[in-house]
Amino acid sequence: MKLLSKTGLGLASAMAVGLALPASAETELTMYYPIAVGGALTEVVDSIVADFEAANPDISVNAIYSGNYDDTRVRALSALESGEPAQLAVMFSIDAYDLIEQELIIPFEEVATSDADKEWLGSFYPALMANGQIEGQTWGIPFQRSTIVAYYNKDMFRAAGLDPEAPPKTWDEMIEMGKALTQGDTYGLMIPSTGYPYWMFQALAIQNGKEVMSDDGVTTYFDDASVIETLEFWKSLSEEHGIMPTGTVEWGTLRQAFLEGQTAMMWHSTGNLTAVKKGANFDFGVAELPGKVRLGSPTGGGNFYLFKDTSDEERAAALKLMKFMTAPEQAAAWSIATGYMGVSPAAYETEALKNYTAEFPPALVARNQLENAVAEFSTFETARVRDGLNNAIQSALTGAKTPAEALAEAQASAVRLLRDYK
Amino acid sequence: MSAHANLERRRQAIYGWLLLSPAAVLLTVFAFYPSIATMWSSLFSRGTRRKPTEFVGTENYTDLFADPTFWLVAKNNLFYAGVTIPVSIFIALSMALWANSKISARGFVRTAYFTPTVLPMIAAANLWLFFYTPGLGVLDQIGSLFGLPSVNWLGQPETALWAIIIVTIWKEAGFFMIFYLAALQTIPADLKEAADIEGTSRWTYTRRIVLPLLMPTTLFIAVNAMINSVKLIDHLFILTKGGPSDASKLILYYIWEMAFAFFDAPHAAAMTILVIAVLGIVAAVQFLYLDRRTHYQ
Amino acid sequence: MKNLTKFMDSFGAILLAIIWIAPLLFAFWAATHSTSDAVNLNLFSPWTLENFRVAWNGAPWLKYFMNTFILVTVILAGQFFFTTLAGFAFAQLQFPGKDFVFILVLMQLFILPEVLIVENYAMVSRLGLFDTILGVGMPYMASAFGIFLMRQSFKGVPIELHEAARIEGCGLLGILWRVYVPLAKPTYLAYALVSVSTHWNNFLWPLIVTNSPETRPLTVGLSIFGAPENGVDISIISAATMMSVAPLLIAFLIFQRQFVQAFLRAGIK
Repeated sequence: MKLLSKTGLGLASAMAVGLALPASAETELTMYYPIAVGGALTEVVDSIVADFEAANPDISVNAIYSGNYDDTRVRALSALESGEPAQLAVMFSIDAYDLIEQELIIPFEEVATSDADKEWLGSFYPALMANGQIEGQTWGIPFQRSTIVAYYNKDMFRAAGLDPEAPPKTWDEMIEMGKALTQGDTYGLMIPSTGYPYWMFQALAIQNGKEVMSDDGVTTYFDDASVIETLEFWKSLSEEHGIMPTGTVEWGTLRQAFLEGQTAMMWHSTGNLTAVKKGANFDFGVAELPGKVRLGSPTGGGNFYLFKDTSDEERAAALKLMKFMTAPEQAAAWSIATGYMGVSPAAYETEALKNYTAEFPPALVARNQLENAVAEFSTFETARVRDGLNNAIQSALTGAKTPAEALAEAQASAVRLLRDYK
Repeated sequence: MSAHANLERRRQAIYGWLLLSPAAVLLTVFAFYPSIATMWSSLFSRGTRRKPTEFVGTENYTDLFADPTFWLVAKNNLFYAGVTIPVSIFIALSMALWANSKISARGFVRTAYFTPTVLPMIAAANLWLFFYTPGLGVLDQIGSLFGLPSVNWLGQPETALWAIIIVTIWKEAGFFMIFYLAALQTIPADLKEAADIEGTSRWTYTRRIVLPLLMPTTLFIAVNAMINSVKLIDHLFILTKGGPSDASKLILYYIWEMAFAFFDAPHAAAMTILVIAVLGIVAAVQFLYLDRRTHYQ
Repeated sequence: MKNLTKFMDSFGAILLAIIWIAPLLFAFWAATHSTSDAVNLNLFSPWTLENFRVAWNGAPWLKYFMNTFILVTVILAGQFFFTTLAGFAFAQLQFPGKDFVFILVLMQLFILPEVLIVENYAMVSRLGLFDTILGVGMPYMASAFGIFLMRQSFKGVPIELHEAARIEGCGLLGILWRVYVPLAKPTYLAYALVSVSTHWNNFLWPLIVTNSPETRPLTVGLSIFGAPENGVDISIISAATMMSVAPLLIAFLIFQRQFVQAFLRAGIK
């Protein structure tokens, strides 16, 4: 129930006469974050925040969950633009370029100055830091991070006469097994092509030996021959090999489809692991993605960002909160609750996560894949460049355009958008 | 002219403006000023760290005209309007004729037709998501009973916009039915009796007598449906987000996306101005019609 | 022959009616069965309330309900105030510039608040009303539709009543309050129903100006609940949907006749 904003000016304050402002002897933080999986996960974050507040009585945290990554970015930035408080947020790791360009965030080198702070900055998996390190500084701290993993239905593998402990390691094996697994209403494989099509595509492209963007965020390689070949391959999974449905595969309902046995294998974020574990009434396995030229997956997920328009106390408090939430014990708890990775090697050394992974080895797959992982697709103007790529992928998969045409268009529009940044 | 009348006139003028001013202030703040501000900001470029805002004249408009997505979205929206307006009018009319005739279970029928009107579009979209989802959805389940293959309604460019259109029609037809129902009840019963005595067929009676009498209502509904074809986009957020490859993206959604997802307010403003221009033309037509109608009253 | 036509009519009408409420019935059915039973259409599977429990715990629904309730109340109060005054001025007072202003008001019927989201958002922020319920409601308060409606209604009041009240010594505002407002009661009721159901269901604008669970209305809460990062669960979404439509739906089923009459009155005049 908030009829009027606390910081309301003008009209608001005129009408708010009589509403007392809370005494603020403490530092107040507002944090926007996305919800990973539906249901009670917000309770997990709320309880972490409550623990933090108990340990730091001088800081109060207002954690606001705001939908998916796109929603969260919109929410956090709208807040900043309209003068509402926001000190930190968990946003897409790949939003960094745009946030820098709009001068909204500060690098952590400015605040994490003590030796302990520096040690903390160095404690994360380097692959998870890649998206946040730009122009020699660190702009994002890993929090809910993922790679793409392959979930597969072991019961179906058995039924098709395949070894349930030997999921495909190469593209060729994947097609071969996919054909054996495609029966009746069940498809062999589903790779989602709504929501985050570019992410899946990037994985395929890496496996085909080609990156889709440069490290400095100003060049894309959509019309490169091996990138086009990658899209042709994706399309061939349904067109030629018939192991995937034609058209697009819905990101949001894919988990359900897998749980209902509509597909024997699916590629999805490791952030879905716990939900799959809870929902599956069959024996399932999790594997690293197969490869062609090489193995690989982009990382994904959300980083902490620290907003520029903040006081020194707020920055210090926000840093404290981030440290708390990324500490090994919390990282372990978050990983167990969701399936996202523990963000530092130390998280996997905790009792909790050690016991959990011993009992449930699939929880280690995403982390093991890190050695082959690369930074997620990210450029300046990233939302629009990405949108162009998404459209190209979807129009190729739905047959509206050929892969070469579609990617050439996406490349042309990316060049146009990135022209000013070179 | 007496001093009294003069005083009365001045009093009325003062009161008139006093009573009007609260609404006038709000309308200025939330309609007129924003319209002009939108026009103004559509003439400037977007500022970034490297390139501060500057006056660019009509460049944002030429950008839009050069943007194939814009044309696709405009085309989608015309198609959306072109289908939803006549079809929902036709269905609303059929519903009203049925709901007004002596059929069994009339109460149930009326309620069923009208129910979607009280549901939020977001909720409606959630309901339909359950229908459309490939493999799991109700449509596919029913189709598979008849041996039909699974169809990815929301995931194919050919069907995505249709899927959106169907939800819109479902949502608004019952609402429009009410207006027809009201108009039908004003048609004198003796017209029907006279037609029966003459032996006129029901079809002829409907076409020759009922439809012409319903014409003003139809126009009213058509204008409403036209406004809805700009406004009703909530279900896009749930069902397709404008995809696949922009096949179901509508103009207001694109404005929202441009402004709040791409943070490109100037281009969003330019698009807004174009929409207002189109709505303005519709408004002008409506005024002419309203004028004529008031003369008859 | 006549019976056959009648039968065909009834058949067609009922068939369409069934198609029309099918989505709602299926959602209800999905909400009361396990996800797996729902997506496989296991017609004889057991009923459960588990989905409602999970959905209810997944978001602060009570707060969302309260927010929506306050929102529609605030909007309605504002609309009554602004449209009554303006409608009366347009209906019963003569003053220079009236026709011109009236045309401006009519224009607002077409410049939808929905289209002006970008600048209205900037305006609401400037006024310090971002992420407040008042900020969601403000742009709708001086509704052109409402002004038009009130004007029509006040125009129908016999001038004799106005004169009689004046002779008894009522001021202009007194006359408005004692004569016009009571006589326009049916119009207020109709307008209230239309306004409440419109704003109960409104989405795009609240999506833009609300930012926290403290202000978020049901529709926005539902959309966020339905779009988590890693995918949806159809039964739980259905349960959440049923929960959020229930109050208005039940009210509609109870007050059906009044509802329909209200829409008629508001739309036709």
